[in-house]
Amino acid sequence: MTQIEIDGVGKIYQEDTPEPIIAIDRIDLDVERNQFLTIVGPSGCGKSTLLHMMGGFISASSGEIRLDGAVVDKPGPERGIVFQHFALFPWKTVLGNVEYGLVEKGIRKPERREIAQHYIDMVKLTGFENAYPNRLSGGMQQRVALARMLACDPEILLMDEPFGALDAQTRQILQEELLDIWRQHTKTVVFITHDVREAVFLSEKVVVMTARPGRIKRIIETGLGAGAARLEVDRKAEEVWDILRDEVLKTVVPTGMGPTAAAS
Amino acid sequence: MTTVRFYTPLAIVILIWQIFAMGSVAVGFMPEDMLPTPAQVAEGMLHLAQGGDLAYHVSVSVYRQMAGFLLAAVVGVSIGIGMAHFEWVKTTIEPLVRITYPLPKSALIPMLILVFGIGHNSKIFAVFLGCLLPVVLSAYNGTRGVESQLVWSARSLGTGSIRMLWKIYFSAALPEILSGLRIALAISYTLLISSELLISRAGVGYLIQTLGEAGEYPRMFAAVFIISLIGFATDRLYINLMNWLLRWREQEA
Repeated sequence: MTQIEIDGVGKIYQEDTPEPIIAIDRIDLDVERNQFLTIVGPSGCGKSTLLHMMGGFISASSGEIRLDGAVVDKPGPERGIVFQHFALFPWKTVLGNVEYGLVEKGIRKPERREIAQHYIDMVKLTGFENAYPNRLSGGMQQRVALARMLACDPEILLMDEPFGALDAQTRQILQEELLDIWRQHTKTVVFITHDVREAVFLSEKVVVMTARPGRIKRIIETGLGAGAARLEVDRKAEEVWDILRDEVLKTVVPTGMGPTAAAS
Repeated sequence: MTTVRFYTPLAIVILIWQIFAMGSVAVGFMPEDMLPTPAQVAEGMLHLAQGGDLAYHVSVSVYRQMAGFLLAAVVGVSIGIGMAHFEWVKTTIEPLVRITYPLPKSALIPMLILVFGIGHNSKIFAVFLGCLLPVVLSAYNGTRGVESQLVWSARSLGTGSIRMLWKIYFSAALPEILSGLRIALAISYTLLISSELLISRAGVGYLIQTLGEAGEYPRMFAAVFIISLIGFATDRLYINLMNWLLRWREQEA
């Protein structure tokens, strides 16, 4: 069943200037309820912009995004978000961060504590309740952000390159834990990444975007289950990478500059 | 150890002062009592304290300074956050800030006395005016620098736009606001003493003025020393409060 409909969505920055920047050209995409969907694309392709529009943080220049049929025009409690650089409230402790949304909901202290503790335990931060974020490693900070989002029990998790700032080992562990959480709770996940392997590992459905202006290049059904074995993931990731490579090259080699021009 | 190191230069200055004051009287560079020695000042301090109304004058000054400073803190932070947040507040306030920024606020004291009289209010208002702009600017700059992703996170966690001002913008801007307030705290004493020196019936500035006119230099110096001691103590207290409020910023020990 379709939960999020992205219908002809485009985003243009500096629209009223002589040099408008077309971040996203025209995207149509449906996200099924309880699906884990990953979106890969070269940097600057507008994949984060698309996610921010799904969150209702920025508005689309054209087209519309519908959530259960209703047009998205602002953030809502049914959509939680996690950012690449965590965006924790640095002046609050781990507990304070996780409790934040519950305070805003007006949930009373004893119940709030219990819920927050449940999610702190879930992301394996038991014992760090009173630590401030800047004393924690990047991986731990992202666990806090995850718990903060989950504590409000959103139906949809919007994840904006959440593991992009972490080292490879931490990333792998968090990927597995995220899948566990997704399997245990029924959530829809839209996960942005530039890491093809990560995209294939996490999801059976991978959306590949083009270089700017961002469009959907291909939607790939991997045929693998989420969290498949390493070898299979590697092989499939290779296929996806073949599709993505041209797009990445476009962003690395400036247009109009062949190898000769660049060398001279 | 660090305390000893901290106060050593002060001790040296006092020593040089003692020698200079004694020497200049001895060679006839200055008439006696024009430049009292630190020992005489200490004695003057004792006299002042025994006189009984020192506590009264100190409390008057502290009241005026705190009232003006706290008023400026509340008003300044509100204006600063308002400017960063609402375009109409910015377009209204910014020209006023730019025009009044270079104005030495002490130049307004005679006018304030005309308007508010020679009692507390003219002094409180002078302190308020002196403190206001640094607070406004620090709150404005601090609020403008808040990462949009913090605001987005809070919005998705259910914070509405008015509550956001306090829950996110104020908290995130707190480090800058607190350093602006520290500058304002130092300025507050300048305005307080200037306005009390000019015309008043009480306060440490009044003491300095009247004792100076009466040629009571040791006690006048003692009064000067007292106000700088108050300023120093307030700043230390403030630093402790600031460190406590910003304890989340401490790096890993």
